[in-house]
Amino acid sequence: MGKTIIPIGPYHPLIEEPEFFTLTVDGETVVDIDMRMGYNHRGIEKLSEGMVFENSTFVVERICGICSTSHPFAYTRSVEDIFPMEVSMRAKYIRTIIAEGERIHSHLLWLGLAGHFLGYNTVYMWAWKLREEILDVMEILSGNRNSYAMFKPGGVRRDIKAEDIPLCLKKINSIVPTLIMLKKAVLDDPVLHARLKGVGVLSYQEAIDFSALGPTSRASGVSRDVRKDSPYGAYQEMDWNMIVTKNGDVFDKAVVRILETFESIDITKYCLENLPDGEIDASIKDVPVGEGIGHVEAPRGETFHYVKSDGTNRPVRHKVRAPTFMNLPTYKATVIGQTISDATIILAAIDPCYCCTERVAVKDDKGKMLYNGQDLVRLSREKTEKMRQRMGAK
Amino acid sequence: MSLKLKALLKSPWVFHLSTGSCNNCDIEILDCLTPRFDIERFGMLLVGSIKHADVLLVTGSCNRMSVERLKVLYDQVPKPCLVVAIGTCTGSRGLFIDSYNCPVPLDKIIPVDVYIPGCPPKPEAMIAGIVKLIQKVGGTQ
Repeated sequence: MGKTIIPIGPYHPLIEEPEFFTLTVDGETVVDIDMRMGYNHRGIEKLSEGMVFENSTFVVERICGICSTSHPFAYTRSVEDIFPMEVSMRAKYIRTIIAEGERIHSHLLWLGLAGHFLGYNTVYMWAWKLREEILDVMEILSGNRNSYAMFKPGGVRRDIKAEDIPLCLKKINSIVPTLIMLKKAVLDDPVLHARLKGVGVLSYQEAIDFSALGPTSRASGVSRDVRKDSPYGAYQEMDWNMIVTKNGDVFDKAVVRILETFESIDITKYCLENLPDGEIDASIKDVPVGEGIGHVEAPRGETFHYVKSDGTNRPVRHKVRAPTFMNLPTYKATVIGQTISDATIILAAIDPCYCCTERVAVKDDKGKMLYNGQDLVRLSREKTEKMRQRMGAK
Repeated sequence: MSLKLKALLKSPWVFHLSTGSCNNCDIEILDCLTPRFDIERFGMLLVGSIKHADVLLVTGSCNRMSVERLKVLYDQVPKPCLVVAIGTCTGSRGLFIDSYNCPVPLDKIIPVDVYIPGCPPKPEAMIAGIVKLIQKVGGTQ
């Protein structure tokens, strides 16, 4: 039987973001995949290079709505790597609270969407209902449900009021019994066992070869977590467990995320209860020449930022590497040989986030650069002018 | 008001179209479906195919690759259809106004009926926006 190509996307009901995949199938079995990206590219790195150091946090926050803490966190750490400044303990605790709150809501969001992809909408509704409580906590702490704007180089923008803490703790505690129920409903369900176990297996060696990050690698037995390996924030202040499983299939990725949610709840509660006193902001004196890196553990894996400064108030170069950039190639290893019906859940299992990933480079097949930075700027200006004229804009 | 439009307003089916957003608006649209907000109470349903849609919910900053697809998709919607621009990016491009990849705002490409500003707008704001759209088109203001 000949091979058939199935296009998926760019606007497909199961993909929230526009992405284009082509599955080459032989009967029911996937034999090859290819993908086309670029539907989410917005030129964030270039925008950030045109802004002063403090304002860049707002740009990197808009790289991705679900990782809207991880990117500013990594960016501020990279700026603090250049600037000689000491972040106060209270600011570190507040950062940890926001980062872990984001991890809870991101993992619940993933769990709900995974249930939705499997046609198990009960899990979708339950998980998203629990997520609302966490979003309420984030709204109390930061004033917004999704983009928090809490970070700035040297500290945090907003303090946590002492009178808000009991309400936050109450809301976080209120989701725990339902979350335990949901965990049992998902992990002890024979239907889900039959559907997910042994599907989309990423072996230990493949996880290392592809440099998989975050829950994708931890489900394959690679104990890799920036929070343990190179502690930042307030993570070394308390005891918590890194969740590692060994099978590497979709089921184990779900197990890792669900159990991590409980760890994150414990970390958030510890930080809220033991919030130290002190300043929340260290002011920037002057900008030295230099370059800095910052990495944090986002819900999907390690987010990495690189900033270069030439002594002015704007970064000369700002480079972002999001976790999905490393995790997405593992899709090729996991999906080949599986059936078409499993392709979506295997893709969803890495928790892909395309808008994080889309930073551009133009190369030909042999890896030779076709355009340098100046060429791209010139081309884009010409093209913009053409498009403006074609669309009738002044 | 035409019969088609009148029938459409009874139970508007929405299609969600991301043109290069940061996910926030998309996630908040999905939030509208979940138990706390539950827009299905009002007969609104998120559909999978553009050919079933009455209302387009467009998010994102209309980057170059998406704009071509957006035009194709807009041609495929059964008319009359209503377009809702969700988020600051679609309305004015917001932060991305200086970006090389986001040349024009949404209303230069397709006609827009309602703007819902915010980064991201809360689900309550989206529901209020759709209600205003129904009132505006239905003439019951």
